[in-house]
Amino acid sequence: MTNSFEIDGITVPFSNGQTIMDAALTAGIYIPHLCHNPEFKPHGSCRLCTVLINGRSVAACTTPAGEGIVVENETHELVTQRRLLLKLLFVEGNHTCPGCEKSGACQLQAVAYHCGMLAPEFVHFYPKRSIDASHPDTIIDFNRCILCELCVRASRDSDKKAVFNISGRGIQAHLTIDSPSGKLADSAFNSSDKAARVCPVGAILPKHKGYNIPIGQRLYDQAPISQVGDVAKHQEVADE
Amino acid sequence: MIADDAPQSTTHMTSTGDGSAHELLQRLIELQQTYHHIPWTEIERLSRQLSLSQSHIVGVIEFYSFLHTTHQGEYEIFISDNITDQMQGSRLLAELLAKGLGIEIGTTRADKRVSLNYTSCIGMGDQGPAALINGYTLTALTTERINQIIQRVDASTPLDQWPRSLFEVSSKTRRKDIILNSEYIPGAAIAAGLKNGPTSLLNQLEQSGLRGCGGAGFSTASKWRFCAAADAEKRFVVCNADEGEPGTFKDRYLLQAHTDRLIEGMTLCAAVIGSSTGFIYLRGEYRYLLQPLNEILEQRRKAGLLGQSILGQANFNFDIKIHLGAGAYICGEESALIESLEGKRGIPRSRPPFPVTQGYCGFPTVVNNVETFCNAAMIAQRGPEWFRQVGTPASPGTKLLSISGDCERPGIYEFPFGTSIRDILHACGAQQTLAVQIGGAAGRMIPATEFNRTIAFEDISTGGSFMIFNQNRELLRAIENFTHFFRHESCGFCTPCRVGSSLLAKQLSKVMVGHATAKDLDEMSILGSLMQKTSHCGLGQTAANPILDGLGKFPSLFQSRLRATSFEPAFDLDASLEEARLLTGRDDPDAHLEGGGV
Repeated sequence: MTNSFEIDGITVPFSNGQTIMDAALTAGIYIPHLCHNPEFKPHGSCRLCTVLINGRSVAACTTPAGEGIVVENETHELVTQRRLLLKLLFVEGNHTCPGCEKSGACQLQAVAYHCGMLAPEFVHFYPKRSIDASHPDTIIDFNRCILCELCVRASRDSDKKAVFNISGRGIQAHLTIDSPSGKLADSAFNSSDKAARVCPVGAILPKHKGYNIPIGQRLYDQAPISQVGDVAKHQEVADE
Repeated sequence: MIADDAPQSTTHMTSTGDGSAHELLQRLIELQQTYHHIPWTEIERLSRQLSLSQSHIVGVIEFYSFLHTTHQGEYEIFISDNITDQMQGSRLLAELLAKGLGIEIGTTRADKRVSLNYTSCIGMGDQGPAALINGYTLTALTTERINQIIQRVDASTPLDQWPRSLFEVSSKTRRKDIILNSEYIPGAAIAAGLKNGPTSLLNQLEQSGLRGCGGAGFSTASKWRFCAAADAEKRFVVCNADEGEPGTFKDRYLLQAHTDRLIEGMTLCAAVIGSSTGFIYLRGEYRYLLQPLNEILEQRRKAGLLGQSILGQANFNFDIKIHLGAGAYICGEESALIESLEGKRGIPRSRPPFPVTQGYCGFPTVVNNVETFCNAAMIAQRGPEWFRQVGTPASPGTKLLSISGDCERPGIYEFPFGTSIRDILHACGAQQTLAVQIGGAAGRMIPATEFNRTIAFEDISTGGSFMIFNQNRELLRAIENFTHFFRHESCGFCTPCRVGSSLLAKQLSKVMVGHATAKDLDEMSILGSLMQKTSHCGLGQTAANPILDGLGKFPSLFQSRLRATSFEPAFDLDASLEEARLLTGRDDPDAHLEGGGV
């Protein structure tokens, strides 16, 4: 007899040690997320995967699954909440989808569509952030960084390089690069690193192949994110 | 009271220099004291010695308010900017100081002699306005004292030659109850614990009903029991002396006047859970307490109450190290505190696992507030019935309150749990009170209609902050102060708190300048509710409390400042055209928008 719990009325099996997110991913149930990637230690920072267990808010990616728990996921209240969280991410950075190379294959954009976010609501911060184009093969556009720390985790845990880090506090928190100049070109980064392929948005992009896939034929142009899943997963397949 | 050593020297530091990455924060604090910034050569040196990347080290520096990569003044001055300091005239004094020193607030003087900044509440609400100079506390500031400071900075007088009176921190109490009226007998609690054994002691604690005094109120007996039961080769005892909640200063008093009780309580905990190492995480703002605390630790080692073979028990060894904070409110959250103890950025961990099973370095750890350890020591000494004689069934015993703001007698008060706000206001001589902020910025704002409510875990729970506002105060100023506090102190890890705290501050500014509409108020309450429900830790979950309480209990404060229109842009449309007018050389009437474009 296997353990199981419920997500929106659907019975989901799980094994010991699995989080709600792990079990949902295995069962093919989509819980919106940005900072989660099953290859890395759960982080719990974007808060998009916030679900309700018996009325209590928890992050699905860091909360262990439990026998018989009742999880609410795609409710009106939670979708509204997620739409608001997404708006905050758009407010904080400079996200101009129509001009972005990642458009159509961007997880932030795709989750926003999934949650029905169609227009901004708050006054945007329009922060002044730079672009790091120093590296021959990879460009970093800090305007699009959502601080999911997937590149930080991938570089530290997979590549064993710790090229990326977070500095500052609060709204000043920002991604940094470990090199004497602070530039990517002077770091240990290589475009074949895992860290080059985990960014869910257009903050870390390969050079020399802009708009290779025409708009309209990109990952989330074909099917919604709830069906095709994370962009990183498809990136891995494309690279093989 | 101030350390006898020259405050600018680097003696009496806390790092042990064992070369582990956990030393990073303590090493950075020493460097900041020595050089008034962290020089790049030192970052490179630390990177080699501790095997940490340079960007990791910079990440830690930029997390803590008292650490800087840019050169600060030889005198680093921080003016406490809590609302109670402001009510005592701190802003005006800060401006006088800035003028006298010839600098802008928030800058370092060109000759690098002095830098001047505001900082979050430094725990001197009963003797403000207060400030820090090179980590040491200046109290009860007046124009006369500001002039003394200016003269000595201009003359480059070393801090140890400044008048001691400037640094005096009073530790008097206004009201005592069973805890403060009881005499502490050195070693009695530990002896009782050793004699009767851990099980009996835990039972006593359980019978006493002692709950965590930091505000959350978790059962102390359960916490110690969980930690003792966790399977591990070692365990740690940590005292949370990072008293950062605006308006609270009762731990400062206990650390200063009842150090022995605290250390006795920690040692008792060590005996119960089986620990050989403890830490006191002392907030950087209380640096003046570092040397006296170390002296008492040393006295207790000599008296056989700490260190090897405590009270002659051959296998009971326990010692305590003091770890300094460096200006980060979030480190009062127990898992962020543990991260900081490990020398890292103070980002709260995901829970579970809780510190009692995986805490410091992954080992089971008890983290308790200063008052909790002190109370545990007295309960072991006097028994659970003594403790339960006052308080309520769900909240036995007493609570230390830090009372500040509009009253005749601010200070430390010990009240039994269950005491009404009205009685407390009467005791401290508060008149014509409009509202009380209980539990600090993260607490609740209580209007006069609720003054019959009580201080208790089952009613209004608090870590001890009690700030009083009378009818002449503009409450919206307090709400603004708390909202800015959270924007400054958010760690930046999770989306709702990082962005939400900034957005709330912006929306509130719109209200303050009279540009907000009813829609803006709706947006604030929606945002606040989102932060409560989705934030990663208690900071984000409570950061909107001041605004939500204000909107719920004092709606007229906001509504009286609203515009009648349904929509109002956050910026002045006409002013935004100024650059275009300059570029085109136009200034005719058609190049202007009437009434700011609204």
